[in-house]
Amino acid sequence: MSNKEQIAIDVRGAVKRYGDFTALKKISLSIMDNEFFTLLGPSGCGKTTLLRMIAGFEDVTEGAIFLYGDEIENLPPYERPVNTVFQNYALFPHMTILDNVAFGLEMRGASKADARTRAGEMLELVQLSQFSARKPSQLSGGQQQRVALARALAPKPKVLLLDEPLSALDLKLRKAMQLELKHLQRETGITFIFVTHDQEEALTMSDRIAVMSAGEMQQLGSPTDIYERPRNMFVADFIGETNLLEVSVDNIAEGRAVCHLGGGHELTCNEVEGIGVGSKVHLSIRPERLFMSDEPAEGESLKGRVKENIFVGTDITTIVDLADGPDFIVRTSNSDRGNKRIFEPGTEMYVNMELGAARLLVD
Amino acid sequence: MATAKSAKFDIKSYKGFKAITLLCLFVLYAPLLVVTIYSFNASASLTVWEGVSLRWYADVFTGPESEKFKLAARNSFVIAIVAATVSTTIATLAATGMVRGGKFKLRTVSFGLISLPLMVPEIVSAVAILIFFNSIGFDRGIMTILLAHIAFCIPFAYLPISARMQGIEDSYEQAAMDLYATKKQAFTKILIPLMMPGIISGFLLAFIVSLDDFIITNFVKGAGVETLPTAIFGAVKQGIKPNIMAISTMLLGVSVVMVTISYFVSKSDNTK
Amino acid sequence: MAAGAASGGSATTDTYKEARTWLLLPAWVTLTILTLAPVGMMLIYSFLTKEFRGGVIWEFSLAAYDQFFFDRGLFGDDPAKIEWTYILIFWRSIWQAGAATILSLVIGFPTAYFIATRPESQRPIWVFLITIPYWVNLLIRTVSMKFLLRDNGPFNDFLLSIGLIDSPITIVNTNFAVQLGLFYSYLPFMVLPIYAAVERYNFSLSEAAADLYATKWVALRRILLPAVKPGVIAGCILVFVPSMGSFLAPDLLGGAKNFMIGSLIEEQFKGNAGNWPFGAAASMILLTMVLILLMAYARQQAKAENAEG
Repeated sequence: MSNKEQIAIDVRGAVKRYGDFTALKKISLSIMDNEFFTLLGPSGCGKTTLLRMIAGFEDVTEGAIFLYGDEIENLPPYERPVNTVFQNYALFPHMTILDNVAFGLEMRGASKADARTRAGEMLELVQLSQFSARKPSQLSGGQQQRVALARALAPKPKVLLLDEPLSALDLKLRKAMQLELKHLQRETGITFIFVTHDQEEALTMSDRIAVMSAGEMQQLGSPTDIYERPRNMFVADFIGETNLLEVSVDNIAEGRAVCHLGGGHELTCNEVEGIGVGSKVHLSIRPERLFMSDEPAEGESLKGRVKENIFVGTDITTIVDLADGPDFIVRTSNSDRGNKRIFEPGTEMYVNMELGAARLLVD
Repeated sequence: MATAKSAKFDIKSYKGFKAITLLCLFVLYAPLLVVTIYSFNASASLTVWEGVSLRWYADVFTGPESEKFKLAARNSFVIAIVAATVSTTIATLAATGMVRGGKFKLRTVSFGLISLPLMVPEIVSAVAILIFFNSIGFDRGIMTILLAHIAFCIPFAYLPISARMQGIEDSYEQAAMDLYATKKQAFTKILIPLMMPGIISGFLLAFIVSLDDFIITNFVKGAGVETLPTAIFGAVKQGIKPNIMAISTMLLGVSVVMVTISYFVSKSDNTK
Repeated sequence: MAAGAASGGSATTDTYKEARTWLLLPAWVTLTILTLAPVGMMLIYSFLTKEFRGGVIWEFSLAAYDQFFFDRGLFGDDPAKIEWTYILIFWRSIWQAGAATILSLVIGFPTAYFIATRPESQRPIWVFLITIPYWVNLLIRTVSMKFLLRDNGPFNDFLLSIGLIDSPITIVNTNFAVQLGLFYSYLPFMVLPIYAAVERYNFSLSEAAADLYATKWVALRRILLPAVKPGVIAGCILVFVPSMGSFLAPDLLGGAKNFMIGSLIEEQFKGNAGNWPFGAAASMILLTMVLILLMAYARQQAKAENAEG
């Protein structure tokens, strides 16, 4: 339907400084048409600043922003065909739901009647038609959220910006809204740029994710890329749970790197560009990629002793003490207990993984 | 059987504080109540109570001094309405500049200037503005009262309006602009309606302050021009008479009604 | 004077940054012309020569200040002695304002404390009750007070009728009447800042003190009072400053013996008997004293804020 190759938002070398403080350090990224794109990072990483720069609420200190090829960074917000769903929704408290949704259309010059007709359709889309005469305060948080969405979508923006829109909702509602948002994006075909600090939310909904920290982009890629192949320590640590180990690279041959863990333990993993023999780097192994056995299994095996088992509902977390080496966290899914063994604390055993489960990180 | 002698220990409550509070309220309200009650006295004598009557209210409207008081009342209300309107408008714009204008060098100076009429003792303000009008050769009359009142009312209008504006998140204007409203439209369609409780409250306070002002008015009014407070003061100097108590009670009623409205309006939060 | 006038307000945003100058211009112009310029002109007038029918002659003169501080005899050629008349009037004003401030504190502190320890939903009503009388015309309030306290007014009638006294006690035209009038005029200014401070106070500190064997009154004096001191000082300044320059309470309740600065100044601009430069000079002296007090107060508040972090 739409052209996947077309760039919706092109950020070129955007810098944001407040006096001496640099909130964004030369960010460049391209967001594709019809994409669900997420800016992910801890608070203060600059993700909201970047979003507000695209919306037009923050000046761009240096650099440029293009919207479908048009340079927009000097336009006021009301001349940019992008709309925002605000974190606290910012529904106009003195107007009815219908008037809230009609506001943007009216401002764009639609007649009051037309604006209201279209607003009514939008409210139908988010299943809130019966509330159109109410004031925002008479709606629940989830309903307000959907009104904010309808209001931002009503003027048919080229790009929809969402600033942590789900953060005020409780867990159950948040999960439901995640799916609803994803569907809405597919249905409307509008490019979504979503800001969140919740990695799970980002992994669930996004086509691509930009992980940000301290005003810089750490990694840009699909959810799988980011989870399975974190580029650096920050990404590996921020996304999901992981075993982060300090290692030294002993030998590199045929695309394999042999790493020394300390205590005489060795691990072989895939070579990573930029990491040579002798470097002291970090290595990340996801706990669910490890499994335990009596005897060394095929692939990589390390000898250790079970320290503790922790039951966490869907899985069991086992803390393993490698002799003279670091501790490991191993996660076994409850559904896997038929195939995989759980050892009592104190038992000597082996921790195993496939080649490639361990990943070297650029610091 | 042992009886619990002392009440439950409460670190917050001190014996006597409640009594002092009630005494305090009594002292605040007793004079007003006494005047209100005596304004309904049928007797021409201040000291003797002869039963309830509206005699002195009738006297205010039809008695020998009624023309004087009617004129003074008209002056007072016209001045109060105009002064409150102008000062509320100025204060609303100023509050927008101060609260929505970002950081700027003159911010503290501007705030100092706006609150200056509150810091300078009223008698000094009165002397200063009298001297000012005299030095530029401006004849004293209704106009000088009005100008002095406008300046004096600005901080009273400003404080509730700016307090209100600080309570309104800027995401509302941003949402409006995001939805293609210009800054002007965001101001008139979103910000002003949201600020309405603060603006009404500021207007009412400015209105009361103007209506009640005696000292400054007394200095700048010029010969022959009277407002209600100066007329009352002039009459009181001859001795307190029952008709003065009737006028006072009416003026008191106006103030209490206005403050009560202002209180409830400013309490109503239309952002929730 | 309103509580909080010393701070510039909290959060600001910059939606209307570009329009800022135009938005503030009307206020700047109005207040500069009608407040700042008049004070400047008053300063100038205080250095001019008096015109005998009111007004001034545009000739530089230090006569106004000289008359205020020095006595040079009937013909102005005696050696200069210190003139005590006006200094005494100022002193009396300070004394009366101080007494009114202490009276306000003694009544206002327990009141503010009591209100601040009410359940949260009741507090606004109590505050409202305390502030209503302030919004009633000051003149009417003062007249009411005079009417109530007169020798043969309702207060004395009541005391006579219950047999507490045999003959009316004279209250009007005494220093005490003036203090009572000032107390009545400015009490909300004492109550509100103390109320705000006590409301913010963390009562677990008092509980900790009680746990460590302090009695309630010791906890009040040693723990709570130091914590709410900025509010108490604010209240005292806010009562003291307007009391010092007040005109109505001393004029209506004090009578000729209890002359205060306000009346001295007012007299200089009445009819033909006045002396405008002298009135302007007295106003300047009063204004200077007030501004010094307010500046000291602002510094103290800033220090308290810094100390809080």
